[in-house]
Amino acid sequence: MIPGEFDYVVAGSVDEAIGLLAEGGADAKLLAGGHSLLPLMKLRFAHPSLLVDIGRISELRGVDTGDDSFRIGAATRHADLQVRDDMGLIATAAKQIADQQVRNRGTIGGSLANGDSAADLPGVLLALEGSVTVRSRDGERVIEAQDMFQGYLSTAVMPGEVITEVRIPALTGYGYGYEKFNRRSEDWAMVGVSALVKASGGVCEDVRIGLTHMASTPLRASAAEDALRGKPLDAENIAAAAQLAAEGTSPLGDLNASPEYKRHLAQVLTKRALTTASAA
Amino acid sequence: MGQTVPLQVIVNGESHESEVQARLLLVHYLRDELKLTGTHVGCDTSNCGACTCLVDGESVKSCTVLAVQCDGAQITTIEGMAGDDGALHPLQEGFWAHHGLQCGYCTPGMIMAAADLLARRTADGPISEEEVRKGLEGNLCRCTGYQNIVKAVQAAAEAQRGVTA
Repeated sequence: MIPGEFDYVVAGSVDEAIGLLAEGGADAKLLAGGHSLLPLMKLRFAHPSLLVDIGRISELRGVDTGDDSFRIGAATRHADLQVRDDMGLIATAAKQIADQQVRNRGTIGGSLANGDSAADLPGVLLALEGSVTVRSRDGERVIEAQDMFQGYLSTAVMPGEVITEVRIPALTGYGYGYEKFNRRSEDWAMVGVSALVKASGGVCEDVRIGLTHMASTPLRASAAEDALRGKPLDAENIAAAAQLAAEGTSPLGDLNASPEYKRHLAQVLTKRALTTASAA
Repeated sequence: MGQTVPLQVIVNGESHESEVQARLLLVHYLRDELKLTGTHVGCDTSNCGACTCLVDGESVKSCTVLAVQCDGAQITTIEGMAGDDGALHPLQEGFWAHHGLQCGYCTPGMIMAAADLLARRTADGPISEEEVRKGLEGNLCRCTGYQNIVKAVQAAAEAQRGVTA
């Protein structure tokens, strides 16, 4: 399979990319790792007139470690995050994205911009309550994770905007776990669960649970969170909370999993992720 | 013809300059332009890993990379693994000695993915079966059941450890 014809230009800086994107019109697209876009182009589901390659912009790569947060350049690859054990949940999730070849190319900004609820990082960002910084000719703005994912492959990033940075809180003192279920590593998760737990004297002080592929956007498992917050972190309470993981969701079935099976997976994986997060 | 773009790459140590269509995939550049047909097209959907080669030392699925994205890069394909004197790379030796292939279609991709795995490794001890299986999760083989592929990679890791010890 071969993509349709397009024009191609390499951007040397974010400002240049913003200009090229604006001049390229509605059918211009950004290219970073290309691991969401190129498969769609090969299937001719996407046919941009112009690709602006932002994969060589050094200011978009790397992680700034602050006192209470990490600022991740949008073109930072999963392979760069998979070795950052100091970054907690996001590193653990990055290790599980597809396979090494994909992690060597795919970027955090690209994955979030694609906004696939079956991909790993959108649910992780939601659980972390991180944010995405975008820049355009009109200036810069910050999109909170809860506002980022608006529908199937649809995000709050507007035409003409370039994601420059992803910011996540360090969440010192939180344990974390990431669980997903799929048939092969290359497949999207049937269901994935991110869990963050802050314990104090064996009691759950705070808990955040992100669900992957339980709807057209990533979700928080609010009922399960509410059930565990303030309770002793024992096996019984974790199991009881996990039973509520699919509460309020109505996932669509697909070739791999029926809605009932996905709801079952959400419960099982939430229990596992919470158990890991509580043990830390 | 769409827009053509100048491309300069070093493949297996040899410099190449071309004008290519922007939409040309790296795997087609290697196979059709450079006639390096050791890199295979399997699924063509970044699933099977048969098209794996190294770009600047890291494994990629070359069916999902544009050739122009590699401008200025160093690329290694299976043809570049053996020494100048024809001596097989330890991974090639391992696949040979441990019968790590039947039809051979996945083999170049397996070897290139394994090269990334061994290069990325920071631990000193022998590589476990689990580590090899996890490291090669992006490559599919329809013949062997993977047993001998895992043994081949473990043998190569041991041979490399022996060399550097």
